[in-house]
Amino acid sequence: MKPAAFDYVAPRDLKSAIDALVGAGGDGKVMAGGQSLTPLLNFRMARPSLIVDLLRIPGLSFIELRENTVVIGALTRHADLEFSDVIAAHLPVMAAAMPHVAHLAIRNRGTIGGSLSHADPAAELPMLAVFYGATIKVEGPAGRREIPAEEFFVSALSNCLEPEEIVFEIEFPVLTSHTGWAFEEVARRFGDFALGCIAVSLELTDNTVSDARVAVMGVDDTPRRLREAEEILRGAEGGARTALRFAQIVRASVSPADDIHVSSDYRRNLIGALAERAFNTAFARAVGAKP
Amino acid sequence: MKMDIAVTVNGRKYQEIVEPRLLLSDFLRETLGLTGTHVGCEHGICGACTVLVNGDSVRSCLTLAVRANGAEITTVEGLGTPEALNELQHQFREKHGLQCGFCTPGMLITGMDLLKKYPLASDAEIREGLSGNLCRCTGYQNIVAAIRAVVDQQDGNAS
Repeated sequence: MKPAAFDYVAPRDLKSAIDALVGAGGDGKVMAGGQSLTPLLNFRMARPSLIVDLLRIPGLSFIELRENTVVIGALTRHADLEFSDVIAAHLPVMAAAMPHVAHLAIRNRGTIGGSLSHADPAAELPMLAVFYGATIKVEGPAGRREIPAEEFFVSALSNCLEPEEIVFEIEFPVLTSHTGWAFEEVARRFGDFALGCIAVSLELTDNTVSDARVAVMGVDDTPRRLREAEEILRGAEGGARTALRFAQIVRASVSPADDIHVSSDYRRNLIGALAERAFNTAFARAVGAKP
Repeated sequence: MKMDIAVTVNGRKYQEIVEPRLLLSDFLRETLGLTGTHVGCEHGICGACTVLVNGDSVRSCLTLAVRANGAEITTVEGLGTPEALNELQHQFREKHGLQCGFCTPGMLITGMDLLKKYPLASDAEIREGLSGNLCRCTGYQNIVAAIRAVVDQQDGNAS
């Protein structure tokens, strides 16, 4: 339970970090908050020859409102998001989700860039990126590129980053017209990885849903937007029938695997129950009633 | 590979030469001899090794010692002394918030951070806050009661 030996650099700018990764010839590993990588090092499941620590690079930790987006620096810690007034005011689903991200001591260290790069299928930040349709901005030896969150996650613990690319910031669109929203998650222990999780946001026109956004995680290899489920909400009114029909579509849209925690059927039923609850809460919020 | 680091632990400055792979938990215990910080799971699940780094609770088993270069660290040894316990330690004793004591350093450090950052208006909030710290003796009831007592006392002083 101790890491194998490695060399270590803590560069002062992104370019030097990328150069160090190139120099390591594929055997380097980026460390941001270290909350996913360090356990892998301790178990010796990861044995990189070089750790490139981003900790000392200035200017990568910020939360800024820019027109209709919130731009977040890759080294912004989970606790910074949890306690941010900008997030609370403009990304309410993220604000509701943050207390579910691991435990306080992990949130004090873990970063958004690290969580996205680790790509755990049962983690909140990858799912939030997909839910909001965030743009993930990365830099590598060939320069910068921007990747839509839905294209970023490839499978469990795998994304489309090249080995020498580093996430430096993430841009989240503010869903200004979506006045109703809900975030529902169930885990074995509060703060553990989710067994099932759903985010819903709604825009209402004359008490009818005119636009909807739905994303789930913990029930597939990657977090997912559920467009079919969004579609059946458009034009729907509130109430038990819509909620049940919505839950049915959500259940049918996911294909969870059996694992040591619970069965596939359990996860499928769970996500349906959470979907029903989330729709009702989001709708109630949208009509201005307290959920 | 070896690196120089300078850290302040419980108000005292240390300068040491360490390997980059050395965990902060082992640095505190083995290099500095501060064995109050306990090591349980070594992969961030049990919370026993939690210390304050620049005022924030952090798993020392998930932190490389080199990353703490320049930081101010508080371990359980820095909270109070056997003669003068701090208020949270005092309430752990009053409420019987420990039995074997293995998880206690992590519980105390986590408790300090929770008290600083959350209103802890309900016991449910305290329990959620402690969900990252495992205890196999107490059943948590008395740990929650100890933190509750500190919250109530602070609220009493404030009003």
